[in-house]
Amino acid sequence: MNLLAQQLINGVFIGSVYGLFAVGYTLVFGVLDILNLAHAAVFTLAGLSAVWLVQTGGLSIWIAFPLATLMAGLLGLLLNQVAFVPLRKRADSQFSGLISSIAMAIIFESACLGLFGARSVRFPQGTVAVQVWHVAGVTITSLQVGIVLTAALLMVVLHLFIRRTRTGKAIRAVAENERAAMLLGVNVNGIIAWTFFISSALGGAAGILYGLYFDQLGPDMGRSIELKGLAVIILGGMGSIPGAILGGVAFGLSEVLTVAITGTSNLRDAVAFTVLFTILLLRPSGLLGRVKLREA
Amino acid sequence: MEQLAQFYAVYGSVINFIGINALLALSLNVTLAAGLLSLGNAAFAGLGGYTAGVLTVHFKLPFVLSICSGGLVAALCGLVVGLPVLRLRGVFLAMATLAFGEVVRIAAVNLEITGGAEGLTIPKVTETWMIYLALAGFAYFLAVLRRTRLGWGLVSMREDETAAACLGIHITYYKVLAFMLGAMMAGVAGGMYAHLNYLITPRDFGFFIAVDLLIYNIVGGTRVWYGPILGAALLTALPEILRGIGVAAGPIRMFVNGLILLLVILFLPNGLASLFTRRRPVPAKLEAA
Repeated sequence: MNLLAQQLINGVFIGSVYGLFAVGYTLVFGVLDILNLAHAAVFTLAGLSAVWLVQTGGLSIWIAFPLATLMAGLLGLLLNQVAFVPLRKRADSQFSGLISSIAMAIIFESACLGLFGARSVRFPQGTVAVQVWHVAGVTITSLQVGIVLTAALLMVVLHLFIRRTRTGKAIRAVAENERAAMLLGVNVNGIIAWTFFISSALGGAAGILYGLYFDQLGPDMGRSIELKGLAVIILGGMGSIPGAILGGVAFGLSEVLTVAITGTSNLRDAVAFTVLFTILLLRPSGLLGRVKLREA
Repeated sequence: MEQLAQFYAVYGSVINFIGINALLALSLNVTLAAGLLSLGNAAFAGLGGYTAGVLTVHFKLPFVLSICSGGLVAALCGLVVGLPVLRLRGVFLAMATLAFGEVVRIAAVNLEITGGAEGLTIPKVTETWMIYLALAGFAYFLAVLRRTRLGWGLVSMREDETAAACLGIHITYYKVLAFMLGAMMAGVAGGMYAHLNYLITPRDFGFFIAVDLLIYNIVGGTRVWYGPILGAALLTALPEILRGIGVAAGPIRMFVNGLILLLVILFLPNGLASLFTRRRPVPAKLEAA
């Protein structure tokens, strides 16, 4: 029983990181209908930069975290400018955007290798003071709580931003109908740039939290989360932010539960992808997504 | 002649891999030409490769028979997966095929008959001429396919599915047929790869291989049959070319890879092949439409 409770809690912790990663993914898809496959590369770059800032720069994680997040956001702007703006007027921009994001992912990944090397690294000992609590037979560390709180805080801020501010309203308008938004005087290109900034910053934050949680970062760490992130946004519904959060936690739980039930980690991803496959067939709009008449 | 033999001795494996990658890229081209974005072809290659490998190793089947069975199994799986999946469009189809591919990969890791994560050891049977014979066959098939009823149907589907359906093209039938053809070609290519490399592991057929196949098609161009071959040849040989001009191994090669893809998608939407095709003047009527 305790073991199960422990697993469930671990699932929520890792699920919140997945959710944070997936929110960025789904934001761009919701606004542009484009799958940004370079998202995972930004995730990796931000995580590795944070390690570099702490280790070589000697900064505290409390400064390194926002700095690396900001840098990830700026990378998002670069990504938008290089890979997506030139293609926007093209008829097949959904497809060519996917391809150019793959190209940028390769370029970013080569930058990771060039700047930080191929070996896996970790945050230096004591970057974050870790306390361990035992509550009712369940072990929780302050690091885990901090990760969930940070992820939750970022998501609440994002939610308020999207719901309450003028820019957020404009983002929703562009997502709804780009042309109508433009006719109403929304600066569509600026809004799309904003979206990329926010999306990539969130992805970068997820990368740092992921690195703190697993205590290991490498140039290929984006590869596994890339597929998981896709699964999460399909599960939650493409373009739906609450769906991405819910999907992230559900995915985290399904991972730990599969391990707990089967006793091995081999089938962990199989369950997730089988669920993904089934959802696509039965309800392509996901759990919380809007049903579109025609999936273009 | 001697120089040729020497060249082959040095670059034989690159030549072989160009052939295999070109085969795989062609298999993806069948669906791309119909406007279907599938990321499952690496998995179909895996199905073909493992089927052929298991038949050769455990059942001692002759080479040709096991390769053909590999293609057949892949085609059947293409039918079973294709029927439900092909109702999805665009990115959603890509994701569904991706999920299928991951399930196949994970199955290969966990099954005993596939040798698990360590892979399956298979005797080397495939020779260079066999790969290029198959490649010539596939390329000829694709070149001819374009001029058939089926080929035109696929192109019309890519251009506008609704309009194609209105013209009496049986969309589901054409889609599933294209998907199966692609799966079969991938299966054959996978079987040849399995008998070339001594060893196949589930990693050889993962998501990033599927993405590589897509890249070959985009860089080469999807609209002509030689596009994918061109892309596969260029990008497979790229590490050797870069080494030839003195670029050290490592991140630079990867960077060049990404840069080529980016430049092609930005400036040559129809791939490098469009550099070679003379631009035919488009009739005024068509241009207006």
